Amino acid sequence: MVPDDEGGGLMRADLLTDAVEGLDEALAAVDGFDEALVDGLLRPQPAQAAGLAGLADAVAGSPLAGRVAEAAGKTAAGAAGEDHFVALAAARTALLGSVHDALLARIDEAVGRPGAEESGPAPAGDDDRAVNLLIAARGWLCDLARAGWRGIDHELVAGAAPVVSAMLPEPGLRRTAALLDGFAAELAASCPGATLERVPVRRWADLWARAVLLTLPGAASAPAVTGATGRLLPLGVDVQEHATAVQAQVHGVFEPADGGAPRLVRASVSAPKPDSVVGAGLWQLLRPRMSLLAAVSEGRAVELDAMPVTGEGDLVWDDERARTGEPADVFATARVALPSAVAAPVAPLDRHPVRIAVPVLLEGYGVEEGEEGTVLEVAGVRLAVDVDRVPAAGPLTPEAVASSGACVGLLRWDAGRFLLQPLAVERTVRKKGVAVHAGAWAGGTTDKAGVRAEKAATDAVAVLRERAGRLLRK
Amino acid sequence: MSVWERSSTARVVPSARPRKLAKVPFVELADGRLQGVVSSGSDIGRVYVSSVAAGTYAFSCSTNNNRPCGGARGSFCNHIRALIGEAVLQYGVERVARYLKVELPEQDADAHRITGAMTSTRPAQGDSSAAAQVFSRFLRHLSYLELTPTTLPLPEMQWFPTTRAVA
Repeated sequence: MVPDDEGGGLMRADLLTDAVEGLDEALAAVDGFDEALVDGLLRPQPAQAAGLAGLADAVAGSPLAGRVAEAAGKTAAGAAGEDHFVALAAARTALLGSVHDALLARIDEAVGRPGAEESGPAPAGDDDRAVNLLIAARGWLCDLARAGWRGIDHELVAGAAPVVSAMLPEPGLRRTAALLDGFAAELAASCPGATLERVPVRRWADLWARAVLLTLPGAASAPAVTGATGRLLPLGVDVQEHATAVQAQVHGVFEPADGGAPRLVRASVSAPKPDSVVGAGLWQLLRPRMSLLAAVSEGRAVELDAMPVTGEGDLVWDDERARTGEPADVFATARVALPSAVAAPVAPLDRHPVRIAVPVLLEGYGVEEGEEGTVLEVAGVRLAVDVDRVPAAGPLTPEAVASSGACVGLLRWDAGRFLLQPLAVERTVRKKGVAVHAGAWAGGTTDKAGVRAEKAATDAVAVLRERAGRLLRK
Repeated sequence: MSVWERSSTARVVPSARPRKLAKVPFVELADGRLQGVVSSGSDIGRVYVSSVAAGTYAFSCSTNNNRPCGGARGSFCNHIRALIGEAVLQYGVERVARYLKVELPEQDADAHRITGAMTSTRPAQGDSSAAAQVFSRFLRHLSYLELTPTTLPLPEMQWFPTTRAVA
């Protein structure tokens, strides 16, 4: 552990720009495989075979070695079966898992917070009803791998739709369904692949590999939970969405009532949605399912009574077990409670750089606006700000970030660099500190622009519900 | 590889822009067509299923009970024109033009220009065989509202960060 410095939550930003040992080699092996997927694995060319061999070499010292070497060989010969694709997806996932671990260790060092303990094995689970749907999904994913991103067409991509439709109503398959739905929509918008100007090489390989692993029975089974009793101090809201799904995740510090160490936790709420429900409409879909969103808007803590929590620090929210508490200032939480909060371990399958989202407090930085967008200069180190991740239905704007003096955000990593996703900023207006929160409208708003957006979203959903009522059950 | 190619969260499809849904509750760029559902102006129980094919601009419009639209003889009916207008609102003029393979001037491109560029080629009337499929996609789309939200985490949504950029 790094001793607390006087700033409490200040971090050693210089560590974020130092090279991480082995990172480039691991990512090069991933890239080799990803590039092989671009042209498809039906009849691999020598360059593709080299990419496959590179992936196998990179895991040669692991328990996967034998199966991956066989899979790479068969695939290079154009004779891959489904098990071979699964082995390749597993190898790629393991490599990115090691990248995740190395990056997270570096962040723990930089923020000087206690690191996570080791995670236990994933719970085994089988849902028989789901098995056939998972097999169908795997078949589609293997067809994709053979065609390659350059080989996709409408007919191939449309194969996902019946699988997704059948999965969505099953709560245990929601993860897989939401992933396949978002992935297939991107592929559909990119057809035919032969005329694509550019391919999101790593992204689509990520989505493909994750989906392949989720088709293994038990991979996405419900995690074990224990009860959390104590006080939840929210830090901010992260919003994720694709055309037909949305998820809001509230990051916060949980202080157990029994006096145990404070913990970093998340509370998530998600819903499938029609693609024309956007902006404030997203909050409207999610709000009724999680009272925490209202507490976040009101700037309040929440008292939890035996709230289910997973080993990964995910609260499985139940309004019956939550009571809105006293006012709680996000920046006070970040200054006082965050520095000693312990992160939960990451589930084995979730170890991927995209999953990194570490709450941090930054103060005393300079702001630069240039070709790279908004950049914070922290103790001589430049940290890019991902303002694009701030939800449009909220009061936090890129301008507010640029004129801020303190920021609570999520430290992330993508495409070779660390990024800061702002959750809230503090600005000085007439010598007074004023906080602006990305998730301020989550529970509702009296802001003029916000009220307008809410009204438009209400009307849109009302029209769809009216149409659905008239046309659906005929 | 470029930064975009190496990004796990590269934005591939921009978010839809909010629009009023009363007239055209459903529009999509799919299956090589601009297609959607247009509410009838006179009968609240009736909708029209309209579509224009990319490249050929072959058009089709019929009711959900498969009766042909009287206006869609010879050229685009008002339902199809409304569909194009709303598609431009939802997806932006560039994406609609690119999908339909319509060449537009760099400036002042709008729904009107897209419509004009297509009708000036005197497109043929397409068959209405796709109508049933489009209508079922609309019903599938509506059914998403019936699915309940969940508080179990969806870790895979990390690949889909929200974006301020719209089409």
